[in-house]
Parts: sequence; structure tokens; C-alpha cells
Amino acid sequence: MKSLKIIVLAKQVPDTRNVGKDAMKADGTVNRGALAAIFNPEDLNALEQALRIKDRYPESEIVILTMGPGRAAEIIREAIYRGADKGYLLTDRKFAGSDTLATSYALSMAIRKMEPYAMVIAGRQAIDGDTAQVGPQVAEKLGLPQVTYVEEIQEITNNKIVIKRRLERGVEIVKSSLPLLITVHNSAPACRPRHAKRLMKFKHAQTVTEMQDNSEDYISLQQDRPYLRIEEWSVDDVKADDSMLGLSGSPTKVKKIDNVVFKAKESKVLTAQNVDIEWLVKELITNNTIG
Amino acid sequence: MANFYTENQDLQFQLSHPLMKKIVDLKEYGFADRDKFDYAPLDYEDAADTYHKVLEIIGEICETTIAPNAESVDHDGPQLIDNTVHYARGTQENLEMLNQAGLLGMSLPRKYGGLNFPITPYVIAAELVSRADAGFANIWGLQDCAETIHEFASDDVKNEFLPRFQYGATAAMDLTEPDAGSDLQSVQLKAHYDQARDIWILNGVKRFITNGDADISLVLARSEEGTSDGRGLSLFVFDRTDGGMVVRRIENKLGIKGSPTCELVFKDAPSKLVGDRRMGLIKYVMALMNSARLGIGAQSVGISEAAYREALKYAGEREQFGKPIVQFPAVYELLTVMKVKLQASRALLYETARFVDVYKAYANHSEHRKLEKEERDEMKYYQRLADVYTPLIKLMASEYCNQIAYDAIQIHGGTGFMKDFPVERLFRDARITTIYEGTSQLQVVAAIRGVTTGVYLSKIREYENLKVSPDQELLKKRLIEMTTEYEHAILKAQKSEEEEYLDFHARRLVEMAAHIIMGYLLLLDSERDPVYRDSARIFIQRAQSWNRERMLFIHQFEPNDLGLYKMDVMKL
Repeated sequence: MKSLKIIVLAKQVPDTRNVGKDAMKADGTVNRGALAAIFNPEDLNALEQALRIKDRYPESEIVILTMGPGRAAEIIREAIYRGADKGYLLTDRKFAGSDTLATSYALSMAIRKMEPYAMVIAGRQAIDGDTAQVGPQVAEKLGLPQVTYVEEIQEITNNKIVIKRRLERGVEIVKSSLPLLITVHNSAPACRPRHAKRLMKFKHAQTVTEMQDNSEDYISLQQDRPYLRIEEWSVDDVKADDSMLGLSGSPTKVKKIDNVVFKAKESKVLTAQNVDIEWLVKELITNNTIG
Repeated sequence: MANFYTENQDLQFQLSHPLMKKIVDLKEYGFADRDKFDYAPLDYEDAADTYHKVLEIIGEICETTIAPNAESVDHDGPQLIDNTVHYARGTQENLEMLNQAGLLGMSLPRKYGGLNFPITPYVIAAELVSRADAGFANIWGLQDCAETIHEFASDDVKNEFLPRFQYGATAAMDLTEPDAGSDLQSVQLKAHYDQARDIWILNGVKRFITNGDADISLVLARSEEGTSDGRGLSLFVFDRTDGGMVVRRIENKLGIKGSPTCELVFKDAPSKLVGDRRMGLIKYVMALMNSARLGIGAQSVGISEAAYREALKYAGEREQFGKPIVQFPAVYELLTVMKVKLQASRALLYETARFVDVYKAYANHSEHRKLEKEERDEMKYYQRLADVYTPLIKLMASEYCNQIAYDAIQIHGGTGFMKDFPVERLFRDARITTIYEGTSQLQVVAAIRGVTTGVYLSKIREYENLKVSPDQELLKKRLIEMTTEYEHAILKAQKSEEEEYLDFHARRLVEMAAHIIMGYLLLLDSERDPVYRDSARIFIQRAQSWNRERMLFIHQFEPNDLGLYKMDVMKL
């Protein structure tokens, strides 16, 4: 085996790890303006898995596929700085409001356009919705075998792959044929950093929409260097059915959003007296925390 | 924690200094590389954006890898196994990460696989890495050696060694010996030429060598038999894979414990000459030392930044007598003075870096074309400034860094004395900065020339002639007063017939000049961004009283008083 085509699904998400007071709007939706847009963390774990395969088989091609507004092109550049070869931005107003079902449909249509490929790799879940549904749904729609919670690809040959999964109480080693889809868990190795030279080489990679505002100097540079073009695909480009997209293609309805406030309950205040410390040690031994 | 670069506005402010455009234009030769290298910048804006983005990568690696590893690296340290150095696990991870990001050989030209970074953004990177782990910064910062090879070696040597840096080759500069520390003229390690093999053979011992087991080492050695001074020394480049060198021991140190300090034994080790014979110490090592001193300036500012942040955080969290200790005057004064010292040393660091940048860029141009008279004058102007600012930044930043680390522990109280908080490590790491690459006392010996030749004074006059907004005139007036006092102090110190008299007061005079210069830099910074106004005001306020103290001492000092200070010297 010399080369594999690997499609990595990535999503630009609001950075919900650093949530401030104005993170949510009054109507219960996410206030995207108040949160930095970042590369979904587990999608970076997914990218690293792809890069490790490319380390072993340098002829392999890593293609990033992301769906989102124009600014999501940043995710593609970021992935390229880290070692991906190229990317496609799936962008169209008709995608707006898509839930996991509509999103996985759109992604699966784009992936069909990229056949043949050996693997689709996605992060387990995105930190905004936290559904972990999109990867598995894409696999279903494409009729691919799927392996979730992946921590390590142990072996990969022509049409066989051996994978370690991270489960709640241990690990599981599974074998599958190719092509397949895997979703990667955050216990898998962190993604390698952006490479300074790749950053310098690809920082002018843009979508056609982004290119519109450029000066002539940059336009001629981008014409001379075709690798600086990030493809944009619309609904028509991937031959998707409008009715299965956006709000009309999304059966999910948000009924209500509750603000969860963590409260301490059943707490016991301990002093630095021997009697309290002794109680604590016994308690910890009883509930198997220590001992 | 957050990205070490993006969270620090001071660094972005320095990177956007107006002189940067000139530096980048010179360094990029009218952006000629854009047609030869796919990663070369197109114009100034593109280059500036690139520095910013690359520093973001470094800032992220500092945040996520180097800083979190610092404690274990300090604890584990490197090990000597079978006469070779094995880095601590964290050190290996740090190096691998920086290597994966392509951040070695940053300032080398593109034709050797480098990023062609000017010195200023490279110094910012060094400050960031130092804040994360000062000991590790030494290992990474030794890529300076590549610059020396590039500047002075033959094309053959350049082509052999320089492309290796982009793939992560580590470096060392082997200067010190048991009997040659501050006095490098006494270096004994022997080099003799083997005509049959057309190589130089090294024999002898080197001591206190940072990262001594590096892939590529620059070795100062005595090539001219029968000589005993600096003119008999040449510089050699040694490739570890060629053998002939072993590490005899690693020193057990107070601080920067992650950086292996080695004793090396060369036994018939083959090497290649860098540049010309006899120029080793008097030209090449002097250049190498100057960039290393700027590096220690960056390291000191990095440690200061780390110590100040720890102190500020603790002072805000720790409550005594029913309120956070930061609310007590004794604590907030300490903290604020720490901060302005940090900002003043940073302002001086990047001013120096820019001077070095301009003059080196012109020097590089002069190898390819004849400079116009105007350009030659400008090159000389910046070179003179770089020569006297470099010892000044090394002196001031390292002394401030020790003061700031000391005060950071003070603010932590008893807790700071324990191993539980990072400040004790920062305090230990800070201690070496006033010693290596020339002690503070030696920096004064170099810097006093700036006082006696008037280079500092004429630059101070230039700062003085720049316009400031009307409400800042008062601060400028103070600086002008300080300058008059400085001039008087110089006259007084130069009056005596006694030769030692000026040497005795040299440090006081150099520090007076430094305070005025740093005062002006903060004042000018605050003109460019009002955020620095308070710092400028506080620093100048303090600096005036520091200078008065020095002036008073010099004025009241009688030539005969020198003898007083030898009270025990004669008994030895």
C-alpha cells in the first residue's frame, strides 16, 4: 500500500471552554459573537490520526471537509498548517439551521463527490452541540462500517485496519475493512502544532469569496499558485436535495433550555481536628477512593 | 493560562514599532525571495503578519507544553549515561514540539532552510520560551550558533552545517575552561592542523558548557602554538557524530537545572575552521557573545514576566486581615515597582534588538553590494548604539530579573519559600542571569565606554529632541534634569588622577545612563500608546531618586576614600 485518501471532517465551533456571562442569548441560543471561533478539539485529535497515517505512507492525501459560513475557511487553513493537503468548504445559505440529520446528509453528499477514498475520520463530538451523532450518521448514509471512540490506529494495510477504542471501563481492539469511518476520542494523541513554513506557504490560501477583496498583487499570486485556492461547494455542487437541508430537513426541535446551576449538596464541613480527619480517611476507604 | 504571545500586549506593541518596516525591508532585500521560495513574504504587511502568526504558534507551545513541563524538568534534570547527555522527558517533548513546528534556525536565510526572521521577532520568541522555562530557553536559544556560522564561516562549512538546523540540530558554544572564565584569552584547548586529512584536531578540556553534548558545537581553541593571548585563538565547528569528544560530568546547579552544563573532554576530535585563523576570540566570539548577551536579556525579561504574573495572582488571591494582601500599600507598591521594572527592561530589550537588526542587515547588504555613503553612516550609527546598548540590557534586565524574582517570593511570604509554588524555581533560575555570558561587573566594563565616549548622552539628546504631548512635558523635564545630573557625575568621576577612580564609579554611571534611557523609552512608548503613561510616570519618578542617590555618593566621594574600600584587600 502506498497512498490513501483520507477525508477529515472538521467543525468550527464557539470556544465553550471559556464561557463568560454573555455566552447565551436571552432566547437560549449560543451567542456566537461573544465566543472565539476555534477548531473543534476532538477534530484536532482526528486530524492527528490522519497525519500519523501520512507519516507512515507519505503519498497519502489528507482532505479537510468542513461545513459552515465563509469564515469557517479558517479551519481549513489551520488544518493545512498542521499538515493536511487541501480542504473543501461546504457553504450555502440553504444549509443554515441544519440539525445533525441534515448536516450528516450534506456531508455525506460531499463525501460521495470525493470517491474513491480509504477513510473518513471525524472527532467524536463537537463542543457546541455535544451530540456525537454526525460521524455515525454520515457512516450510515454512506453505508460504511464505523468505529467510534477511537484512540489509536494500530495497524493499517491494503484493506484491513486494526483499531483501539477507548471505552468507559477499558479498551477494545477491533478490526475492520476499508473504506470506513472512525470517530476519534480526546484520549487519542493531541494534534501536532502548526508548522511555521507551512503557515507561511499557505497563509494566503483562500476561498473564492475571500479572494474578492484582495489587491491585484495577491490575486496574481493566487493565480500563479493553484494550491492557494480553497474550494467552496454549494448545495448544487454536491447535488443535494433542498428539502433535506436546513430547517425543513431538520426534525430536531429545541423545546426548552434550562440554565444549570451547580449547587453543593450533602456536604460536610471538616475541621483540621484528628476526629474529622479520621472520619474522612474511613469514608474514603469505604467508598474505595483510597486503599 | 492562555497563549503566551497573544495575551501579552507589550510584545505585540514592540513588534509594531515604526522602525520595523526599515528592518524588514532591508532583511528581505525588496522581497526578492518571493519568486524563489513559496514561503517568503510578499511585502512588509505580509511579513509582519507572518511574525505575528509564528509567534502565536510559539505562544501556544509555551502555554500547552513548555510551561506545564517546567516543574518536572527542573526536578528530573538531564542525566549522564555512558558519557552522553540524556535530556529530561519534558525537555525531549519541548524540543520535539518546537521541531515539529519548524522553529529551529529561525533567523537563518531561506537558502539554508531558515525562516529569515529579523532579530526582533526572534528575541520575542526567546522571551516567550524563557517565561515558560528559562532552563529550556538555553537549549533552544543556542540556535544563535547558526547565526555565527552563517556570518563568518566559508560556504563549504555553511552548506554542511546550516541546513541541519531546520531538522532540529541542537548547538553549543564551547568557550569556558577551568582556567579561562571571564578571561577567555587564557583558553588552552589545542587545535592542530592535520594536513593529510585537511582537518583540525582538537585536544583538551572545556568546562561549564551549556548543552555541551549538542549535535553541532562551536569550539574556541588555541591554533597558534607558542601564543598565550587572544590572538592565538581560532573558532572551530565540531560535529558530534564524528566522535572524539565525551562528556565527563554534568554539573549540579542552583537553577536552570533542565539545561545540561557539561564538562567536555576532546581527544583527537576532528573539526573544521570557522572563518580565519586567529580571529576566533577577537572577532567571532565577540559577535557570538553579543548575540548571547541579547539572549540573556530576553531570558531575564521572560523570567521577570513569569515572576510578576505569579506575584500578582497570589497577591490578589491571598487574604489576610480580612482582605486580599494586594490592597495593602506595602504590597501594591512592591508589585507596581516590579511591573515598571519589567516594562522598562522590556523597552530597552527591544530597542537594543532593533539597533542590532538594522546594523546587521546593513552589514549583510555590504557583502553583496557597495553601500551608499548614507547607508554606511547609518550602519555605523546603529552599530555604535548596538555595541553600548547590548551590555546595558544584559546588565539591567538580569539585575531587575533577580530583584523581581526576589520580591515575587516576598509577596508569597512563607508559601513562596516552599517548593509548592513556581516562584522558588523562578528565583533560582534568575540567579545565573547576572553571571553567565559575562557577569554584571563585566557588562559595566563594556558599557562604561558608552558613558566616556558620550554615545549614551548623544542618544539621550536625540530622545530629548522628540516631541511629546504637552501634558507629558513635565516628565520630560525630569529626564532633562536627570541628564544634567548625569553629566555632572561623569565630570566628577573623571576628574581624579587615580586610574581606579572611574572604574570604581563605573557601575553607578552606567546605571544612571540606563535609568534615563529607559525613562525616555517608556515616555516615548506612552506617546505611541497611552496605556504606558502610568508606567512611564512611575518609572521616571523612581529613577530620579535612584539617580540622585548615585549622584550624591559620587559627589561626596573623595579620591582618598578608595583606600577605605581596600580595608581587607591588603591583608590577603
